[in-house]
Amino acid sequence: MAIVEITELTKDYLRGFWRKRPHRVLDHLNLSIEEGEIFGLLGPNGAGKTTTLKLLLRLIYPTAGTARLFGRPLGDIDAHRRLGYLPEAPYFYDYLTAREFLDYCGQLFGYDKVERRRRVGDLLERVGLVEAADVALRHYSRGMLQRVAIAQALINDPDLVFLDEPMLGLDPVGRREVRNIILDLKARGKTLCFSTHILADVESLCDRVAILNRGKLHGLGTLDEILPLKAQGSEVLVGEASPALLEALRPLADTVHTAGDKLNLLVADAKLYPVIDCVRQNGGRLLAVNPVRVSLEDYFFQEFGTEKVPDLLDKE
Amino acid sequence: MQRVGAIALNTFREAVRDRVLYNLIVFALLLMGTAILFGQISIGVQKLILVNLGLTAMTFFGLAIAIFIGIGLVYKEMDKRTLYALLSKPVRRYEFILGKFCGLALTLLVNILLMSVGFFLALYYVKRGFDAADLPLFSAIYFIFLQLLLATALALLFSCFSSPVLSAAFTLGLFITGSFAADLRELSEALEAPWLEGLMQAVYYAVPNFSNFNVITSAAHGRAVPGALLWGNTAYGALYIGIVLLASMLIFHNRNLK
Repeated sequence: MAIVEITELTKDYLRGFWRKRPHRVLDHLNLSIEEGEIFGLLGPNGAGKTTTLKLLLRLIYPTAGTARLFGRPLGDIDAHRRLGYLPEAPYFYDYLTAREFLDYCGQLFGYDKVERRRRVGDLLERVGLVEAADVALRHYSRGMLQRVAIAQALINDPDLVFLDEPMLGLDPVGRREVRNIILDLKARGKTLCFSTHILADVESLCDRVAILNRGKLHGLGTLDEILPLKAQGSEVLVGEASPALLEALRPLADTVHTAGDKLNLLVADAKLYPVIDCVRQNGGRLLAVNPVRVSLEDYFFQEFGTEKVPDLLDKE
Repeated sequence: MQRVGAIALNTFREAVRDRVLYNLIVFALLLMGTAILFGQISIGVQKLILVNLGLTAMTFFGLAIAIFIGIGLVYKEMDKRTLYALLSKPVRRYEFILGKFCGLALTLLVNILLMSVGFFLALYYVKRGFDAADLPLFSAIYFIFLQLLLATALALLFSCFSSPVLSAAFTLGLFITGSFAADLRELSEALEAPWLEGLMQAVYYAVPNFSNFNVITSAAHGRAVPGALLWGNTAYGALYIGIVLLASMLIFHNRNLK
């Protein structure tokens, strides 16, 4: 069952000082998100990802088109009882502590004091903020704020969670934690929709993705359907490589990069097994073999030819 | 209503933690200074000075809070994007506006109550007692509170669509114009050009009539505030605040939060 249905959703902003002209940031978007899936909105900055999320959350109003959440029209307050939202680069009231802020969020859902205490306690534990729970948010680091943001998005145990660039500005540990939270939510049967411009996040998490560029939908489906694997190629990582192994591999690989005793090879599929045999015979250690996928950047260059990849400052 | 209450209490908490109530210390020092400084003058004159100074200070301290917090009530939440998470919850936009207004109204109420306690203590120190002639002071303080609510509603309205600096200028401008509303009417009657007279009349009716709320001088002289004025000002204030809040809600409802 589709939890989110978007039909011909369009958003124009008026630009210019004297003569205002419409600037289209989202152009007749059609897509639906099924119950229980992790859906990724993928695209460069200015693609319309945040605009789409803001339209769904009635933070901005559409110029044309409609959308439904849980079968209800946009703006229906009951739909908001069942959803959570993590804004991009979140900022909260810096005079509140995390516990107070989450309690405030709980009040907005009408929970009584006992219920709020239970939910806030659970969430603080889940996002690893128990020790800092009573510290004012102005003393929080970027990563800690992101955890608070995740906690507030989950205060109502939502069925549908929108996450706008959830990994933005996080260190590797933070990224892994957020990734685990997302996977945990999926395991609990929740539906997630998150926007990102980082392909790796999508690869490791999403069931389906929509690729947006300049407000238009350019692809919808699984990542394999949209971004084809690069023709017959793999990236091979080899450890404990001796000079003899290096020399033996050179004629087999398309490219060879060395880093200490590690080798990073780009190998055509036809030569993959000879390379693996060569590593084994010469006492090397096979660390990883990854199929090489077209990068998002490559995808955009392929799709739009020599057209410049959208400007980072192009406002959504 | 629970959501409005939650937003209001959070607004109040923000004001308290932003050390808004520190103005009370300045107010207390001012009253103490006045009471001691003018301690040598006869009791009647001393009371006049204390009441005039105390209630005028109460008005301006309250006005400073109403304007400087009011102008940021919505703008700050939009600017810092704290609104995004808030409005994604089951909160209607009008509830947000109403909650913000009630929060600042509560801040002002606490402020006025505490200042009133200080004021009456100073008055007691000067007069060594209270009498019936002091009763109009309560009406005067009530009118000050109504003025502050009106100023808050105006600041909130401007905060929905303009920057804090402009909002402050607009609110202060309206407060000053409204404080001279009675003069505007007299001026319009004295003007010879009909269009100018019409214009002045229009301005008179459009701007909030703050001059009607100022009974400090008569209260200082112990003159009772007529019941008609009490009811009239209450009804006028409620109606004007209602209209301004409604306009704020409409503007905010239609805003795109980019």
